[in-house]
Amino acid sequence: MRQERNNIFAGVDWILVFFYIVLVGFGWLNIYAAIVEENNFEILDFSKRYGKQLIWIGLCIPLIILILFFNSKFYEKYASIFYVISIIALVFLFPFGKEINGAKSWFNFGFMSLQPSEFVKACTTLGIAKLMSDRQYNLKLVKNQIKAFIIIFLPALLITLQPDAGSALIYLSFFFVLNREGLTLNYIIIGVTCISIFFLTVLFGVSKILLSLYVIISIILIYLIYKGGKRFLRFNWYKIIGLYTIIALFTFGTAYIYNNVFKQHHRDRFEVLLGLKVDNKNIGYNSYQSEFTISSGSYFGKGFLKGDLTQGDFVPEQDTDYIFSTIGEEWGFVGTSLVIIFFMLLLFRIIYLAETHTNKFGRIYGYGVASILFFHVAVNIGMVIGLLPTVGIPLPFFSYGGSSLWGFTILLFIFIRLDAHKNYDF
Amino acid sequence: MQRSFLLYFLITITGFIFIGRLFQLQVIEGENYDPIRNAAVKVEYNYPERGYIYDRNGKLLVANQLSYDVMVQPNQVKEIDTLEFCKLLKISKKDFKRRFKKAENYASYLPSVFLKQLAKEDFAYLQEKLHKYQGFYIQKRIIRDYPINAAANVLGYIGEVNEQKARNNNYYQQGELEGKDGVERQYEDVLRGKKGKRYLHRNRFNRVTGSYKNGAYDTLPENGKDLTLTLDIELQQYAQKLMKGKRGGIVAIEPSSGEILALVTAPSYDPNMLVGRKRSPNSYKLFKLDSIEKPTFDRGLLAAYPPGSPFKMMNALIGLQENVINTNTSFTCYGGFRYGNRSNEFMKCHCDIYGRPIRLKTAIARSCNSYFSNTYKRIVENNNKPSEGLDNWNKHISSFGLGNYLGYDLPAGVPGLIPDGKYYDSRLKYAWNGSSNISNAIGQGEILTTPIQLANFTAAIANRGFFYTPHIVKRIDDRSIDDPKYINPKKTTIDKPHFEPVIEAMHEVFKTGTGKWSQVKGIPICGKTGTAENFIRKEGKVIQLQDHSILVAFAPKDNPKIALAVFVENGGYGSTIAAPITSLIVEKYINGFISKANKYREQNMLNLSLQNIYDLQLTNPEEFASGTK
Repeated sequence: MRQERNNIFAGVDWILVFFYIVLVGFGWLNIYAAIVEENNFEILDFSKRYGKQLIWIGLCIPLIILILFFNSKFYEKYASIFYVISIIALVFLFPFGKEINGAKSWFNFGFMSLQPSEFVKACTTLGIAKLMSDRQYNLKLVKNQIKAFIIIFLPALLITLQPDAGSALIYLSFFFVLNREGLTLNYIIIGVTCISIFFLTVLFGVSKILLSLYVIISIILIYLIYKGGKRFLRFNWYKIIGLYTIIALFTFGTAYIYNNVFKQHHRDRFEVLLGLKVDNKNIGYNSYQSEFTISSGSYFGKGFLKGDLTQGDFVPEQDTDYIFSTIGEEWGFVGTSLVIIFFMLLLFRIIYLAETHTNKFGRIYGYGVASILFFHVAVNIGMVIGLLPTVGIPLPFFSYGGSSLWGFTILLFIFIRLDAHKNYDF
Repeated sequence: MQRSFLLYFLITITGFIFIGRLFQLQVIEGENYDPIRNAAVKVEYNYPERGYIYDRNGKLLVANQLSYDVMVQPNQVKEIDTLEFCKLLKISKKDFKRRFKKAENYASYLPSVFLKQLAKEDFAYLQEKLHKYQGFYIQKRIIRDYPINAAANVLGYIGEVNEQKARNNNYYQQGELEGKDGVERQYEDVLRGKKGKRYLHRNRFNRVTGSYKNGAYDTLPENGKDLTLTLDIELQQYAQKLMKGKRGGIVAIEPSSGEILALVTAPSYDPNMLVGRKRSPNSYKLFKLDSIEKPTFDRGLLAAYPPGSPFKMMNALIGLQENVINTNTSFTCYGGFRYGNRSNEFMKCHCDIYGRPIRLKTAIARSCNSYFSNTYKRIVENNNKPSEGLDNWNKHISSFGLGNYLGYDLPAGVPGLIPDGKYYDSRLKYAWNGSSNISNAIGQGEILTTPIQLANFTAAIANRGFFYTPHIVKRIDDRSIDDPKYINPKKTTIDKPHFEPVIEAMHEVFKTGTGKWSQVKGIPICGKTGTAENFIRKEGKVIQLQDHSILVAFAPKDNPKIALAVFVENGGYGSTIAAPITSLIVEKYINGFISKANKYREQNMLNLSLQNIYDLQLTNPEEFASGTK
């Protein structure tokens, strides 16, 4: 056992810090490109978003030092406190929150607004790490599974009620953490199957899907009965009936929810994504413009500040959710693929480091960080390049917004802090 | 297996899928990236002047004029004094609201036409006042101007490209003009020139922010080319005048070149009707309302009828070529031709030469049905099978350009019909011979030809065995047309010597036959009159109306200068109307004037109107039912 040094940077993984600086720096350049107007090259214009973002980035430095200042045991010890505080913050949003774009997701402090849900991600990760790192904790027990689910879905539920379903969706990424710690894959398989059936039902209609599912299941059953004979039938007939019933209920339920519970703008998003509707003007406008903007970048892009579609403000939300299209236009295929490779390397590095932790808390936390970042990156870029439906969540480190930048910074640097300490652990 | 495998795996897969998708978007699609599709690029068009059109003697037929549209961009319109504005534009307040709403519905940030084609005198006045009304401005457009009111059917007109075409075609944009008929349509690519393009940068508020890539993609407009037509506008106007009050068509061709000298349809319309402010009510009147007179139906090109007697020359030529008759072959006519044993299987003949043998020359001059029925039977039954004989017959006729599109350079046309063996095999189930379709002998029955086909057929006879595909354009800018289709002669399958006796006989028609009252001193005309039967269906009954009269002719006999076909609806026998018209046109074209001796004939034809027949026919067609064949 070595003695911990007083230097707060001791043991810090500089590779992660390097990735962080590159991504944030490149992100700011693109925000600048998306916002800047001709005749106005004042970088330190704090009335503009790129100026504001520069302040947020600057404020990250004391924030990072503060995070690194604390001992890693501090985070482990007070993880539950952080979690509870974050939940209280979410609850406080309902009476005190400020409504922007129809969602009460913001605290307004006059000179700035903060979005608590960006910080809750880190706190929830701490909370779940705290829960599962307990030596008594065994994920095989249903009781413990339910505890984990409650920790994960309580903030998700509160965020959904704001309503900000996009941000709530992120909490699904904790399945990777649970899976890593021993939760059976069946949950994910069932989840994926349900989502697939949902999409197929929307695409092809209830009757076709129901029929083809029945045919497939019947063929499998006939095969099983053929092999297992009457014994199989005797022991399983109620399961078989149950299976048929569940499928029928699910498909009809899907159709019902899709047609009656979903609002028209939800349906439109799905239909545009599935190609049932061609719409380059209204709902599909964002996707069409962002895809075309990316396309126009070709191999090497048009060059920094030379993207005419970016400069002409054709892509909505280009400095926030659609920031990736700026990269696509101005930096081309080379730029976009490099960004993706950078994100991949960052994620690999986090997982790799997490796996080297002997302390369960650090490992679970690191895994949570990787899962959340992965989910964010996949959903955001997938949306911008037209592979996933429109879900309004930011691209980590890139998108404009102080809350999201700080949220991800805290998320990452708590891990760096934990990681820096692992070598001094017993 | 490591527990972290799943996340590693998903990250890798997602990364690859994303890079693959980006490759597709940026490299594959990015390669074909077209600046026009770029929403940040706005294209501004610079319209060239459309080519002028002249007649063969250099007379200007179609020119351009400026027209002024009042445009509006609704989102720029501020509070205005509507009442005063309406007074200025001479529209009602209700109309103003309707037009403004329409423009707003189209797009409030884009300019659209508010009021089309101002009168020239209004323009100057408005130009001064309009600056008061923000959001409104005047746009200049080029439209057509027709100094001579003639040949509307040949010239055609221009109109807005329809929506479908604007969408599917990568040249035209919505609201642009294109040739819609006649030469304007056929030679659209030549006349229109090429519009220039300017690529401009704009932001999403449609505000132009500068030129795109410093004009690297910009192009200059190319002016349209001028056309010189083969038409002789004086002859055209004269022929149109002669056809006043009658319905029908005249096609005149120069046999030595295939150039169309006149292409008349009657009734026609003033080409200026389809220009300017009155265009839309006029076009409604021309295209929709007038379904009886059909002024936009080019009878010279589209009226397909059985040609009647002129077709006898065709059968004579084939008979001579196939050697089933010669100039000395004679047949005897007993007031008609019996082609079957039943009493009704008898074709009447009006040659009035009873029981005496008739030779070719007389047969053509007197239009003897029996003679050609015999000839036709011989042609068809020359081979073992009638279908082979008929195919051979068809081959000869087709070589004259009958039975198919001629290939002239005008957009309107019908193929007509010349039956062949297969045609009757399928209709009559193989049980037929030359008697079954004996009407073909005299140009009745299934045969259909158009006036331009007949004119061309006549030109081939005038040339003694070849013709040039008729065409309407002589020069494009200063270059004579060089399409081999129009400058290379087409040979018919009839040998030259066989034409002489037929031409002699045609000359006889104007010397002693049906055309003898329409001779022109000093110009030997060769021709043949004919009638085409026509029927209408009323209350389920088929009623035969007065025959259409047809006449083909060329002149002079040697070294022919003009070949023509005249077609007059319900004109009765060719000798009364078609023949004098023909002779007047020939005289006018060859001599340039009408001699004193023929002034009376000219006056007669100019004053003659068949309108009362047309009117009666419409109300009480039974009166015209002749019943005989």
